[in-house]
Amino acid sequence: MKKLILTTTALALTAGMALADTVRLGTEGAYPPYNFINDAGQVDGFERELGDELCKRASLTCEWVTNEWDSIIPNLVSGNYDAIIAGMSITDERKEKIDFTQPYTLPDPSAYVALSADVDLTNAVIAAQANTIQASFVAAAGAQLVEFATADEALAAVVNGEADAVLADKASLVDQVTSNDQLVFLEKEELIGGGIGMGLRKSDAELRGQFDAAIQSMKDDGTLNALITKWEIGATF
Amino acid sequence: MFPYCTDPSTLEGLSWLSCYLTTSKHMMLFYSLGTVLLLLAITAPTALAFGFLGATSAKSHFAPLRWIGKTYIAIVRGVPDIAFFLFFVIALDQLFEWVRHEIKCPDWDQPIRQGNDFVVCAAAKLPLGDAPQWVHEVYGFSLAVLTFAIVFGAFAANVLFGAMRAVPHAQMETAYAYGMSKRQAFWRVLVPQMWVYALPGLSNLWMVLIKATPLLFLLGVEDIVYWARELGASKTPRFTDYPHPDWRMWYFLGLLVFYLLFTRLSEIVLEKIMRRLSHGQATAAGEAMRRADA
Amino acid sequence: MSCWQTIQDYGLRSIGIGERLLPKTDFTLCHQVTLIGSGMLWNIYFGIVALLAGFFLANALAVAKNSGSAWFRKPAEWFIFVFRGSPLFIQFFFGYFLFLSLKKLVPAAAPFTDAWLGALVVLFFNTAAYSAEIFYGALRTVPKGESEAADAYGFSGWKKFRRIIWPTSMRLAWPAYTNEAIFLFHATTLVFFSGFPAWRQEGDALYYASYFAEKTFNPFIPYPILAGYFILLTLIVVGVFGLINKRLNRHLPQEHRRKIRLRLRLIR
Repeated sequence: MKKLILTTTALALTAGMALADTVRLGTEGAYPPYNFINDAGQVDGFERELGDELCKRASLTCEWVTNEWDSIIPNLVSGNYDAIIAGMSITDERKEKIDFTQPYTLPDPSAYVALSADVDLTNAVIAAQANTIQASFVAAAGAQLVEFATADEALAAVVNGEADAVLADKASLVDQVTSNDQLVFLEKEELIGGGIGMGLRKSDAELRGQFDAAIQSMKDDGTLNALITKWEIGATF
Repeated sequence: MFPYCTDPSTLEGLSWLSCYLTTSKHMMLFYSLGTVLLLLAITAPTALAFGFLGATSAKSHFAPLRWIGKTYIAIVRGVPDIAFFLFFVIALDQLFEWVRHEIKCPDWDQPIRQGNDFVVCAAAKLPLGDAPQWVHEVYGFSLAVLTFAIVFGAFAANVLFGAMRAVPHAQMETAYAYGMSKRQAFWRVLVPQMWVYALPGLSNLWMVLIKATPLLFLLGVEDIVYWARELGASKTPRFTDYPHPDWRMWYFLGLLVFYLLFTRLSEIVLEKIMRRLSHGQATAAGEAMRRADA
Repeated sequence: MSCWQTIQDYGLRSIGIGERLLPKTDFTLCHQVTLIGSGMLWNIYFGIVALLAGFFLANALAVAKNSGSAWFRKPAEWFIFVFRGSPLFIQFFFGYFLFLSLKKLVPAAAPFTDAWLGALVVLFFNTAAYSAEIFYGALRTVPKGESEAADAYGFSGWKKFRRIIWPTSMRLAWPAYTNEAIFLFHATTLVFFSGFPAWRQEGDALYYASYFAEKTFNPFIPYPILAGYFILLTLIVVGVFGLINKRLNRHLPQEHRRKIRLRLRLIR
């Protein structure tokens, strides 16, 4: 009897070891084309394909986890997942809390979308997703900021007339603007942020190295550019 | 779901709707309705147990225990409940991790709170950093259940405490006269008799509990509110086979109807239980039934 | 930076006066106390206006529900059922999105999508429904003798209701209504968590408390501060309602006066 119990513990231990190789990727699931939940209820989008490919190259088993944007950094730090891959721009403020891999997109200009092209940005109400580079940009520029929990809601605020314009990553807006003829891009664009990278805990240097190498190899053989073109994320490397 | 759903762009009207409402993503909304029921099924008895403990200790003859019981009941009174929800879910998590940290990593010399971070050693993490995803989900859900149980336990304690005092004193005295000890009288007379006095309060509490379930959303569980917002938001043809404008209003109308049906059903069932329990009791309702039968 | 300076900067932050940016780092106790206190302005505003307005609608609903004619009774019953039978949280969400679509049809509905009006309307209907149920119960329990005495004095119709039935029902309902008032104030904390956007980060007490809890990862400071504010508010409400209760009962002999006993009614 005692022996039996011992074997099960050993089994459990090895199972634990096997699981240790599972890397959990945290994303928002509400930021197309970067990441979104498709009709089948699965995480889909540019970052889904990218993340799967990166894990394959780094020979890691990966699992996808969704977490709301607001608490995505605290939950990484507290260990609910191991990496953030959620269209997160690399900024100095975030670097104080977490580490980033090298960027896997070029800095994408942030664009304004409004119902009419002649919005006066100096005293307009501008919507942005909370805790984004765009939100801090608007707040610091002194315009009237209104924040929403998701990018969807920020854009919906413009459609509903709640806000005069929304500021967000251009790639995330293109599709909505083409499918809704009320919406137009403003000419003015803002260059903020330094490209998008994966966020990792500061203590996970090894994992960061693995992903860094995988991103580099995708950059080198052109697969990353192919993905960027496929999902219309912006300029290629 | 249905065989004709293979090409949604050709569908129209009801058949489109039937396909739309049965996508795997919608199934997640329906699962989360199940989550609500599961939460209720687990929380109600747990909260009742917490409440019973609270009420018993508030009645205790041992002063410190009585103080704990009374504070537990009183503390939830003056403060908005959702503040408790937001508080407990973080506080409990940190408490558990801190306790495990003290046990598992005694030679850790850094402070737990470093600036704006809460740092415990890796072995004390809950769940462990390398645990599979379902463990994380179960843990998150259990935290939510525990939070609900603590808050509603205090409310239930308040109701049960009142009910224990409402049991006619003569019944207890009769029990003593028959030679029962305090403990016997408590378990054999007070506890069985108190339910009829507690039921109106408890049924009120049950309704309140039902209506508190959407607050799961605030605890970070992907619940009905999360899915209603996600599914209702406007969708463009590029990312889904079922594009539609902003339908969040209709999704929340659906949730509203769901809750109305649920509370109405509960009301009917609770009324039935009350009738049964009142039978033969020394209360106004019991007396009325006795007269009606006579 | 001195605490006095912080109070000047953030004391009225919740209504858009003072420093534009919320503190981002180096959160002091003073920051938290000031900002959360500033947020209380919203809770007090929502609570007081909804209560005052709700009181009148509640009375109308209670009378309608007590009426013999189904034309009055049925709508009142449905109104009360809908608002008491569903979670306030969902009502806020639904209300917000409903006002959004209304706005597209009727431009005049625009202010309803702001919390100060839209959330207020939802709270107003909600408290009216809960209070109406309380007042209805009180109307049903007005002692028969008082009604008969009124008849004997030749009172009838409106005069009888105004002078005899209604004052007595208020007296009966007041303890329960006090509880309703307390929990209405508590319910105001849901507003900014339920769809209504916080403009320029101008939110209520709980909005700021959770802001601090998220930024500092330490719930043990902001939430107790919030709790302190609310206990204070609860005591004030109890005090004010106690005074009114005293006045309602002033003609009764001492031992017949009804004391307000606090009972729980919790989240809706």
